[in-house]
Amino acid sequence: MRAISTIVAVAALASVPLWLRDPYLLNALITTGIFIIGAMSLNLLLGFTGQLSLGHIAFFGIGAYVSALTSLGFDVGLPGDFRLVHAPWPPIAGFVLGVVVAGLCGYFVGLLSFRVRGAYFVIVTISFAEVVRLVALNWVELTQGPLALTNIPSIALPLPGFGEFTLRTKMHNYYLVLVVALIAYLLIARLVHSHFGRAMRGLMENETLAISVGIDVTRTLTIAAVISAAIAGAAGSLYAHYIRIIDPEVFAFINTVTMVIMVISGGKGSLAGPVVGGLIFGLLPVALRPVMAPEAQWIAYGGVLIAILFLLPRGIVPSLTQRLGRRLGRTSARAPVALTETAAKEPA
Amino acid sequence: MTARSVAMTIDQVAVCFGGLVAISDMSFTVGEGEIVSLIGPNGAGKTTAFNVMTGFLTPSAGRVTYRNTALAGLKPHEIADLGLVRTFQRTSVFPNDTVHDNLLIGLHRQGRVRLIDSLLGLPSARASERMLRQRASELIEWVGLERRAHDAAGSLSYGEQRLVGVALALAAEPSMLLLDEPVSGMNASETHRFVELIRSIRDRGITILLVEHDMPMVMTVSDRIVVLNYGRIIAEGTPDVIRNDPAVIEAYLGHGAARA
Repeated sequence: MRAISTIVAVAALASVPLWLRDPYLLNALITTGIFIIGAMSLNLLLGFTGQLSLGHIAFFGIGAYVSALTSLGFDVGLPGDFRLVHAPWPPIAGFVLGVVVAGLCGYFVGLLSFRVRGAYFVIVTISFAEVVRLVALNWVELTQGPLALTNIPSIALPLPGFGEFTLRTKMHNYYLVLVVALIAYLLIARLVHSHFGRAMRGLMENETLAISVGIDVTRTLTIAAVISAAIAGAAGSLYAHYIRIIDPEVFAFINTVTMVIMVISGGKGSLAGPVVGGLIFGLLPVALRPVMAPEAQWIAYGGVLIAILFLLPRGIVPSLTQRLGRRLGRTSARAPVALTETAAKEPA
Repeated sequence: MTARSVAMTIDQVAVCFGGLVAISDMSFTVGEGEIVSLIGPNGAGKTTAFNVMTGFLTPSAGRVTYRNTALAGLKPHEIADLGLVRTFQRTSVFPNDTVHDNLLIGLHRQGRVRLIDSLLGLPSARASERMLRQRASELIEWVGLERRAHDAAGSLSYGEQRLVGVALALAAEPSMLLLDEPVSGMNASETHRFVELIRSIRDRGITILLVEHDMPMVMTVSDRIVVLNYGRIIAEGTPDVIRNDPAVIEAYLGHGAARA
């Protein structure tokens, strides 16, 4: 049942470029897909360990800049008359480096902030994103600052025996984003259903008990942060090579907020949540544009968000699966329902 | 009492919080396979003693040894590695997970698979997963919660949650179990079943130290009782000895009788 619905969903997504010919809509789908990958990585931290990274866009932006600079090359002066010169590498190497560097940043941010956690993690991540933005803005020799890095090459896949296949068209990029998103989804699914995923859940639910059964808090959270940051870096790299121009605005706080909205509305802690929330809030502006004035669009956007949170407070996917489960007569194992049932049974 | 080898030795342990003396000079031993209860009025220092024995607190003086290993300076999870595992008074379950999943989390130490193996779904990871599921079912059966295995732990009654807490402690494969007020909030029949469970745990060779307020339960289940009052041991012996000890009656049972 579950396998069938997954296959249907993937097949439907894969068929889109075959019948959707409008480049504007295809473009919206591609950027939405890239942000959904970012939202999935945010969900790994927020939904499965309970840690809110409000600077998540930093990892995305680092992936974008590292990948772009690797494939563009650079020549910057260092203190003491040294120069750091890098000749352009293939974009695919940039993608890999972007993922690795973003993962490393996740490691350091995690190591710094998970000893204290909670609000401190939120503050450290916000500050981190702001520091990275200021560096990107001011290190003009490397990043060209507000002038932006331009002419970033499209990703080219090396095909053994055939040379290279450059992903120039929107259709190519759509499939690239779809494949990366599927890999990220599978990776996160495997992770949260593994032994390690249970340790993360245990920590989120009852930290003292988790420690007493032998779960190492800092190690568990740091690993989650590394994987989350690396996936965000992958999304950033895709973004850079698709849009082919990036400036420090990529680090804007609103981009993190967009990912948080995607996760919370879709349902944090559910694998499909960020995908559903991402499709709605990624495509909503596109749907509203032809029918409303620009000011009204954002009001409507906010209205939809409020309506979802009001009607489905736990997010679309968890709330709907729960209702569906109840209609099918299955008892849900989810705590909130179960708790109200016990409360009803026991006259307090 | 028959001669047993000593499992745990508490030797002249004292704990002070600033000027407050929580425990002054406490010494007693727990034999292998014994069920010992630590009792005393509220504030007598029972939970403090428990925290010292499990490494959550460092004593101001004295030493605790378990099977000839000094516990000084060991972290809680290292003490758990020695086979000394505790349960908690209140926070005893992972509320949003099913009982079965609770046990899988509790079996963390038993199933250390390399992360990369799980991510790739290698056979070694899957074999370990099967082993863990099997073990979780056994533990659930041991504490008698088979019918609740697939309910969220947070939806269980207090008594049942305590059983989950005990199963979680057993999942760490202890050689000695420290139970912190396990039957508080249980009704009479639940308490009765819990006593049976404690005996079955002991019958498998696990030493038990119990901190408890429920006097009838303590009297039924214990081989030996240690009575604390104001951080001092005021009596020690079999339930019969304790029941007739004038100091205990005055300090503890006297209050209980007066209240009742």
